[in-house]
Amino acid sequence: MTQTRQMEFVVPGMHCAGCLSKVEKALNSLPQTDYARANLSTRRVRIDGSELTAETVIDTLKAKGFDAIPFEDAQTSSAVDREARQLLLALAVAGFAMMNIMLLSVSVWAGLVSDMDESTRSLFHWISAIIAIPAVAYSGQPFFKSARKALGAGTMNMDVPISLAVILATGASLLVAVRGGEHSYFDAAVMLLFFLLIGRTLDQMLRARTFSAAQTLLGLRAQTALRLDDQGNTKKIDVADVTRGMTLLVQPGMRVPVDCKVLAGQSDIDMSLVTGEAAPVRAAKHSTLYAGALNLSGALDVEATAAVEESFLSDLIRIMGEAEQSRAKMVRLADKVARIYAPCVHILAGLAFAGWLILGAGWYGALMIAVAVLIITCPCALGLAVPAVQVAAVGQLLKDGIVVKSGDALDRLANVDVAVFDKTGTLTTGAMTPIDADRIPKKALAVAQALAKHSSHPLAKSLLNIDPDLALPELTDVAEHPGEGISGLLDGQPVKLGRRAWAAPDSQAPDQTTSELTLALPDGQHTHIGFVDTPREDAKEIIGWLHAQGKRVILLSGDHPSVAQRTASALAIAEWHGGCQPADKVDVLNALSAKGERVLMVGDGINDAPALRAAHVSMSPACASDVAQVAADIVFQGAALKPVQRALTIANAADKKVKQNFALAIGYNAIAVPLALLGLVTPLIAALAMSLSSILVTGNAALVTRGKAR
Amino acid sequence: MTVLLILIPAALALGAIGLAAFMWSLKTGQYDDLDGAAERILLDDDVDGDVGD
Repeated sequence: MTQTRQMEFVVPGMHCAGCLSKVEKALNSLPQTDYARANLSTRRVRIDGSELTAETVIDTLKAKGFDAIPFEDAQTSSAVDREARQLLLALAVAGFAMMNIMLLSVSVWAGLVSDMDESTRSLFHWISAIIAIPAVAYSGQPFFKSARKALGAGTMNMDVPISLAVILATGASLLVAVRGGEHSYFDAAVMLLFFLLIGRTLDQMLRARTFSAAQTLLGLRAQTALRLDDQGNTKKIDVADVTRGMTLLVQPGMRVPVDCKVLAGQSDIDMSLVTGEAAPVRAAKHSTLYAGALNLSGALDVEATAAVEESFLSDLIRIMGEAEQSRAKMVRLADKVARIYAPCVHILAGLAFAGWLILGAGWYGALMIAVAVLIITCPCALGLAVPAVQVAAVGQLLKDGIVVKSGDALDRLANVDVAVFDKTGTLTTGAMTPIDADRIPKKALAVAQALAKHSSHPLAKSLLNIDPDLALPELTDVAEHPGEGISGLLDGQPVKLGRRAWAAPDSQAPDQTTSELTLALPDGQHTHIGFVDTPREDAKEIIGWLHAQGKRVILLSGDHPSVAQRTASALAIAEWHGGCQPADKVDVLNALSAKGERVLMVGDGINDAPALRAAHVSMSPACASDVAQVAADIVFQGAALKPVQRALTIANAADKKVKQNFALAIGYNAIAVPLALLGLVTPLIAALAMSLSSILVTGNAALVTRGKAR
Repeated sequence: MTVLLILIPAALALGAIGLAAFMWSLKTGQYDDLDGAAERILLDDDVDGDVGD
């Protein structure tokens, strides 16, 4: 019997009932499939079957119009799923224990003023203990583990006082049960865990979403390459098996799999995602190509100069990793507060214990007061309200088509000083349009369009948009010369449209800095048509808004400096850098952050990915390269830049809410802590105060999208 | 007060049943695909026999 294999695929295009049934039916109709089930939430398909290969599945789905990406990182994903499941279980256990203990506690509190005798009270305490101790031991794990890690590293985080409060409250309550005392804190301890676990679960849900976004990166790398052998036959191989010196074929429409050198053939290469250059680049023998570039027109025989892990793309992923580390050093707002807050809480509790001991309350009474202080000061606002605000804000942005991949991205977005934009594909649409189209003689334009009709080159296509109703002359013998241009015969006379050096080698016109097409007519006349990429419709408005908000705006482009300058001046951006390599962009960002500036980076290209990671916070349009989308904190849909403004507005509103919540929590502590220090806080008050403050901050968080944001 | 001997175990048992039900639903993946279930109801082609026979 053959072994049943289980495979998972990401199918990004699956988003409705129809797609779901198409995908499942196609896969279930394969003879090798035992069972296939699609998951609409994660956009994944799981297939059980023997003798099933990934290629069969991909081809089957492709025939139905779906792209499928093998989901190789099943282990990591199940680790994330497991974490989510454990948190939910812990939450459920804490909830169960909390409700039952509360039932008993309410009876005890009522009994204190009525007729409950000591033995019943003691019984209730013991039942509470039996429920609470296993529940705390189980549900407290996420906090205990994190606290132990922090202490092991010699630092403090919020989980240290939380763990201490929970453990001390449980231990002290056990002591109460043993001694037959009146007050126990089991309810407070478990309730604390319950509220904090809600916050933790919300936080984890946000992070899980980031993770699934990161999956597409694997898809980008899991390409195939066409290997060319000595007899000229091609064979599809996994890109991971490409070694240096191997001869490959890159067909038009394919992405270049690894860094390589052209051996034969001519073509135009779209490097826009790699270098940010908007205009296609000509490739001929000896040209160097980078992984991720798109081959537009002609087939190329190439020699791999690097294996996939040494290629440009992998290089970028490495730079991204390094940039990530520098970001990890940044402190989240909640952690910043924790660093001050946690020691304060410990000192207060310690002082309360020592003070009451000196005042003669006895070590038992002093311990109870210290525990009350710890419980009262426990940071529910930090543990619950911050994630609650973030979930509310992220949910609102999601409705507007803006995907925020991590909650703290909002935190970082709220405080940016500088907005850095990439040019091609970010501030501009990436589509080229002719300059001064009206000045082209109509007759020449008609010939140019007649030639351009036969090409798929982006510049040629854009030429066709100028005057669609123009009557085109008949051409014969039209031929496309990849990397050069198009030639044809007009009334038996040769005409050419393409690269200047090819179409009109003897042209005397001054060199242009923009990309251009040259039309050569039989009478020896040349027409040069320059092209620029057009800014997005609302780019100027958004830049103006950013300036009005007092933010500095910088343009960073991999394109030629003169092209970058043209866009910068069109959009009224004073600061711009052209001709930037990916590492240059990172350098600019690092220089800014060294000056203490917090930078928002907006970019779309593969070449922007390291900068997107290095920036304080980053955004990327949904049409961006996969790597950029993975690197960015926030991905927005649509053809406009408006989402940048929207995200900033909501982030500022969320930031305000978080601060408000901190203020609420501090205000509450300012009232409750002195009472606790005086020994006036009973478990009843502690439990009530904690629930009330938690509900208050959560309710306040839900209001984040109200008011000014709208 | 003897009524407590019945009521407390009853309360605990009811809570425990709820907890067990939640754990079961979590373990059997009832929350794995929250969007899919809503859409699947629209498909009336399970007559074809993909599932259930």
